[in-house]
Amino acid sequence: MSVVKLARVDKAFGQGDVVALQGIDLEIGEREFISLIGPSGCGKSTLLRIIGDLIEPTGGEVVVNGKTAHRARLDRDYGIVFQDAVLFDWRTVAKNIALPLEMLGWDRGRRSERVDELVELVELTGFEGHHPWQLSGGMQQRVSIARALSFDPPLLLMDEPFGALDEMTRERLNLELLRIWEASGNTVVFVTHSISEAIFLSTRVVVMSARPGRIVGIVDVDLPQPRTAATREEPRFAELIRDVRRLLRQGGGFDVEEATPSGEEDLITAEEGL
Amino acid sequence: MATIAAKQPPVWRPALGRAATFAAVLAALWALWEGFKWFGEATELKIGTFQVNDTTWPHIHDIVGQLFEPSRRNGPLLIEVLWDAALFTAKEAAVGFALGAAIGFALGVVLAHSRLLQRGFLPYIVASQTIPILAVAPMVVVWFGSRGFPDWFSVSIISAYLTFFPVAINTLRGLTSVDPRALELMRSYAASPMRILWKLRLPTSLPYLFAAFKIAATASVVGAIIGELPASIQDGLGGAILNFNQYYSTTPENLWATNLIAAALGISFFLAVVIAERIVVRRAPEHVA
Repeated sequence: MSVVKLARVDKAFGQGDVVALQGIDLEIGEREFISLIGPSGCGKSTLLRIIGDLIEPTGGEVVVNGKTAHRARLDRDYGIVFQDAVLFDWRTVAKNIALPLEMLGWDRGRRSERVDELVELVELTGFEGHHPWQLSGGMQQRVSIARALSFDPPLLLMDEPFGALDEMTRERLNLELLRIWEASGNTVVFVTHSISEAIFLSTRVVVMSARPGRIVGIVDVDLPQPRTAATREEPRFAELIRDVRRLLRQGGGFDVEEATPSGEEDLITAEEGL
Repeated sequence: MATIAAKQPPVWRPALGRAATFAAVLAALWALWEGFKWFGEATELKIGTFQVNDTTWPHIHDIVGQLFEPSRRNGPLLIEVLWDAALFTAKEAAVGFALGAAIGFALGVVLAHSRLLQRGFLPYIVASQTIPILAVAPMVVVWFGSRGFPDWFSVSIISAYLTFFPVAINTLRGLTSVDPRALELMRSYAASPMRILWKLRLPTSLPYLFAAFKIAATASVVGAIIGELPASIQDGLGGAILNFNQYYSTTPENLWATNLIAAALGISFFLAVVIAERIVVRRAPEHVA
């Protein structure tokens, strides 16, 4: 059974004059790790929010876990991670992780048991009593991931979770995320603007075009599992990067980037030199 | 934590530093006051009809000394009289503060959840503060007095009238200043508006609330003192001020001493809020006002 099924999904903002997404068809199976990649403004974050029922599409059908996206949200079928950790300053690490469990009405004992497991999973043992401002950006993001996984949702939505981190932290967290994904067995939809990150993490990479956002192509990542630091050195890795880049160019991604060299496109440019 | 704590100087050091600063500021204020008095008397300074002498500008040691003189022949010391008056006013102000804070908070919560109500009611809430308290006070006293409430309660109402406003405005501001992604996060948990209020909006608004409470704390004392005048209450600081006003030309130190106590009462209200904030608000150090 597919975890996410999108059929002819459209999204327009305003009076329909800004078309963010057009005719999106996508099926995501269980245990898949899907990356959405595209130039800035291609609507990949919008698509993620449509799957999470945080934004309503203007047209088309969204099925999550065999039900409407709305029903799936009410059933807490997914956890979400944003670019910023969005932790609550007034809560400790442990209490931030336990936030969704409080919503679900878990009792204190069960909560603290689960928090202990998660703290271990994201390797933050010893920091349970810390407040967010006492942690580095990478550690904050790990808390945010633990929070999203706390109630063991079948689907994990991640909106450029490592976009604000430095390259070294990002690569380490990529490995950690894969380990967590293997351990937890859920499906991940991951928005990124880094081609190498997308290839390294995913089972499939969905390449989107500049506005209006359409799916230009889907690249199957046939790199062996589990991925390790050595995966990046394999020749196949470079080939896949070329494939994704070709699709991006086809979708107008690189044209956009040359006209407006701002943050997001810079990364894609930088990676072209790989 | 251990490494962070180890870098900090001993606990008493900052306290000692603060005490030293406090003493230095007090000394400077004293020097300014006495310096101006000396200068004014030496040069026979005249500003309009104002002239510096022992009546218009008594020595600070005379004002403080007056506190320990009998308030009247064979009567209790002035400080004892003023202590009782301050306690009386403190009761009025505390009830007024609690009422005003509760009403202000409730208003803020309601307005934060409805743009329509915000547009409809906010102008009147603002207008309420442009009406001078002295114009409202007699009506409040008559209205509540005729319904069997004690006079001091009318004073509390007047005090609440001054305190609800900053609390309402800052509650509204605090509750609506929530990070939009935090709201998305709560929506992803299918959280009810009530849950979002308690788990997200309220904690976010706490620094705003305490900023308002600080303003409201001092305003509640001023409101109580002013409110005592139209209510003809003799037992509080307002009554004492009115009384000593009449004898200003003979013993100006009494009025000044009363002002000193009134200021001390306002400051202690303010400090109570600061302490409550320290206990309640757990935030990054730079976010605490």
